[in-house]
Amino acid sequence: MLRITCPYCGSRNESEFLFGGPVGTERPDPNTTSDADWIEYLTVKPNPLGPVQERWWHARGCGEWLTIWRDTRTHDIVEAPNDTE
Amino acid sequence: MTQNNRLTSGGRINRNRTVNFRFNGKPYKGFEGDTLASALIANGVSVTARSFKYHRPRGIVGQGVEEPASLVELEGSDASGNCPITTVKIHEGLGAKSVNCWPSPEFDLGGINQLFTKFLPAGFYYKTFKWPNWHMFEPSIRRAAGLAGAPAMPPAEGHFEARHAHAEVLIAGAGPAGLMAALIAGRSGKRVFLADEGTEAGGSLLSRNLTIDGLPAMRWVADTVAELTAMENVTHIQNATVWAYREHNLMIVNERQPNGKSVLERSWRVRADQVICATGAIERAMVFTNNDRPGSMMASAVQSYVNRYAALPGKKAVIFTNNNSAYAVAADMAAAGISIEAIVDSRKNVPSDVTGLVTGMKVLKGHVVTAAKGHKRVKSVVVSSISGNGSQTIKCDLIAQSGGWNPAVHLFSQSRGTLKFDEDIASFVPDVPAQPTLSVGAANGEMTLAQALSSGAEAGAQVSGGASTETPKTNDAPYAIEPLWRVEAKGPKGKAFLDIQNDVSVDDVHLALREGYTNVEHVKRYTTGGMGIDQGKTGNINIIGTVALQKGVDLQDVGTTTFRSPYTPVSFGAIGGLREESVLFPYRHTPITEWNHANGAFMYEAGARWRRPGYFPRKGESFQETVNREASTVREKVGVYDGSPLGTFELKGRDVGKFLDFIYTNVMSNLKPGNGRYGLMLSEDGLILDDGVTFRLDENRWMVSTSTGHADAMNMHMEELLQTEFPDWEVMITTVTSQWNNATICGPKARDVMEALGTDIDLSPENFKFMSLRDGTVGGIPARVVRVSFTGELSFEVNVAPRHMRELWQKVMEAGAQFGIEAIGSEANHVLRVEKGFLSLGHEVDGTADAYDLNMGWVMSKKKPDYLGKRSVALRRSSGKTRRELVGLLPEDPNRAIPEGAPLTPGGRKEATEGLTTACVWSVVQNRWVGLALLENGHARHGEIAHVRLKDGTIPAKITAPVFHDPAGELLRS
Ligand SMILES: [Zn+2]
Repeated sequence: MLRITCPYCGSRNESEFLFGGPVGTERPDPNTTSDADWIEYLTVKPNPLGPVQERWWHARGCGEWLTIWRDTRTHDIVEAPNDTE
Repeated sequence: MTQNNRLTSGGRINRNRTVNFRFNGKPYKGFEGDTLASALIANGVSVTARSFKYHRPRGIVGQGVEEPASLVELEGSDASGNCPITTVKIHEGLGAKSVNCWPSPEFDLGGINQLFTKFLPAGFYYKTFKWPNWHMFEPSIRRAAGLAGAPAMPPAEGHFEARHAHAEVLIAGAGPAGLMAALIAGRSGKRVFLADEGTEAGGSLLSRNLTIDGLPAMRWVADTVAELTAMENVTHIQNATVWAYREHNLMIVNERQPNGKSVLERSWRVRADQVICATGAIERAMVFTNNDRPGSMMASAVQSYVNRYAALPGKKAVIFTNNNSAYAVAADMAAAGISIEAIVDSRKNVPSDVTGLVTGMKVLKGHVVTAAKGHKRVKSVVVSSISGNGSQTIKCDLIAQSGGWNPAVHLFSQSRGTLKFDEDIASFVPDVPAQPTLSVGAANGEMTLAQALSSGAEAGAQVSGGASTETPKTNDAPYAIEPLWRVEAKGPKGKAFLDIQNDVSVDDVHLALREGYTNVEHVKRYTTGGMGIDQGKTGNINIIGTVALQKGVDLQDVGTTTFRSPYTPVSFGAIGGLREESVLFPYRHTPITEWNHANGAFMYEAGARWRRPGYFPRKGESFQETVNREASTVREKVGVYDGSPLGTFELKGRDVGKFLDFIYTNVMSNLKPGNGRYGLMLSEDGLILDDGVTFRLDENRWMVSTSTGHADAMNMHMEELLQTEFPDWEVMITTVTSQWNNATICGPKARDVMEALGTDIDLSPENFKFMSLRDGTVGGIPARVVRVSFTGELSFEVNVAPRHMRELWQKVMEAGAQFGIEAIGSEANHVLRVEKGFLSLGHEVDGTADAYDLNMGWVMSKKKPDYLGKRSVALRRSSGKTRRELVGLLPEDPNRAIPEGAPLTPGGRKEATEGLTTACVWSVVQNRWVGLALLENGHARHGEIAHVRLKDGTIPAKITAPVFHDPAGELLRS
């Protein structure tokens, strides 16, 4: 069970949160994107060995949706990698 | 029986307390402090189990959680399955029996499998379940295999509980290393949590005759425990296994019977800044032919029975070793009166510091045991030189074997730390940790007592930021080993087991490798080696060694399989703690639960743990009569139900309209205040998430209702979109499900009831239209009245504050009495909605159907350029694939019900389905059974006959439009 730091509530047990999945690519314009790109957007989610950006909802807390980087090798919650903004 | 094999003195047992227990139906006596294993050894019981696959007779092999051979099922109030015999403490009245054998381990019918061993090779299950038809084998496999059954009843006494704790230092294991670390960390003032799986602290010292600073080592243990007990900052628990090492140093500890019988097990979740693994080491078996015969035991276990329990596992013993540790065992055994026939050591050179311990005994250096003889008990061993020369037979009834020691790296490995193979001790040791953790003592490959004490002290100092102190002097011999993964010298034929619990032999591993399963994880799954409940504690490294030998590579390159929690079996009760049934997930009630009970309601759980009345049976009525009565009341007169559990949200802000237009398929933003609209929400992949009615209260305030069971998910969905996709949109969401309760009055006489209640709202159809909302008072109570209908009849949903709900309900029943009002339950509601063809999530909305399939294409806005799911629905429909579409079904025999969920097949043949029945009810307006179904090309097939396929026949039914009552919807608008 992770310890996740909520910007409002501080370091809390994972059991207070619901997992919102990895953060994928930005939603393409559904009226201009190709079928293939739309399917890719819907179905291909990041699953790296290493840091992944993901969302958690502090459902049993303040209700904040937060975004963290978690290293899938160690579960360490880490800083955003340098090559991302 | 008397305890013939009990020494007259010594041991850590209480001879003043005799304990009566039963094993496989026979009565025995032991002493307080005994385990079931030690008591049975004292009573001379040698066959205690039958093996899993071949039903070979098995005895006691180990002394603790590593026990691979003998599992027992506890009976009566202790009922529990698959307990290692070595971990069961005896108490007065305990009853236990062996698993895997019927009728008894002495005479086991399943033993017949032994005659067919060549038909049960590795991968047997994989092969059998493919060809020709595994059902042929299944019944006999199920009878012959399988472990203990689950207890049929909850525990008679006591309960399970859970606790949470925080520690600066958690130490797993109270052997010498763990105690030393706890002592140093505790003295520094750190908050220490020390947990040990044994009944008392001391670890290996409980079983070995060693000294610390010239005194018996257990004296040092007692002094240390006393000092720790006196420290307020130290929590020390015994009978407590640290069985899981989770993320961010969360440790899960299972403490057994902390308060006598009142607490069966307590599950601790301890979050620690720093973890110290002082989990010791586990002795591994020797691999030779018939190494599983009763009487073939781990040397350390024999030492434990002799020293700790004063019980003799045999009279004449052969020691078989490849390392130093067995020599002290031989000395202790001889001192207890066991005749040591020979010490067989596979090493040609044995260090003199250990031969000195066994002066006068026969030591066969460079020799191996090639086989054991005897069936229900070892009678002799065959010994030859390691190259296979000079075979000799030595009579004995006990083999004490030591194949070396494996650091118990389980917890470290669970924490995702990596392991490396250490040539010096010929086993895997912790390498790079992944979390704040230290491994000390034997768990870190430091095998002597002196090393355990000094590494424990060092770790204790390290976590407290102090310097290591001098550690006490000890007297154990140095450790040295030459690995022997399996005996290769040829001897008598037979099976040499690597995994005794799962009956995996050297031949099985060789077969797996020949068949291409060369990765160690594949070897494990193909042979099931290491997959027993002991998780191969005594055998896994030998499997790795056997693979390495066969492939001609190093053990490091073979690697270990993944260590997973739990380290030892944990009961489901301990995992659940107090969170059982209604405590786990409390029921939700509306203010009229008591009224429902008082009026004889049969209560259902209706989504999200809401308790709702299913129906209100009257004396002498059948279930169907009750439902028919309630449904007819609504169609002919007036009914009322409590609609409070429906999910309700209030959305506020400038951008709510824009937001609703994005999450609903139709346009909401153009609603006028006071009006509402039915809407459908899709997920981005085009599936229906939920449906419901949305009302605009004023310019910037809206009320959104969702289905009862999906309210929480819809809240999450809306919040996620607002917070992550549209953070600059001004929309605030408040859950108001519990702020409003309602009585929904429905039926042709609903308006009459409203008038009788008295209201300041103009109820005329012209001024209060369907799908609109008015605030006012009803029966003198402030109320918000909504004209929606889930039954197809004229309906008024009267919403009030929860504190007024009982009063409202009472007034509705009184005012409605003259019109024949009745409370109706969810069964009648189901009938009413099916008659109207209204959708139900989980029935017609099954995760595949889209709005078009459900005759609701009108709800999919063509005007809006974008909304959630639009592109995906279009994409899916553009494939032109046949869709399952919503239709009505009229069984040709009007009195024949169709089971809900029953498949429809082409022509009723036994072949692939073309649809399913989503609902079927007795229609009170049609006076016959009517159904709804999702059927391939259903829209084009009205008037045709569909065939419901049952196991033993078919039901023909006419396909119709999915509406059986008031198709034009005039009644609900009236
Ligand atoms: Zn929070």
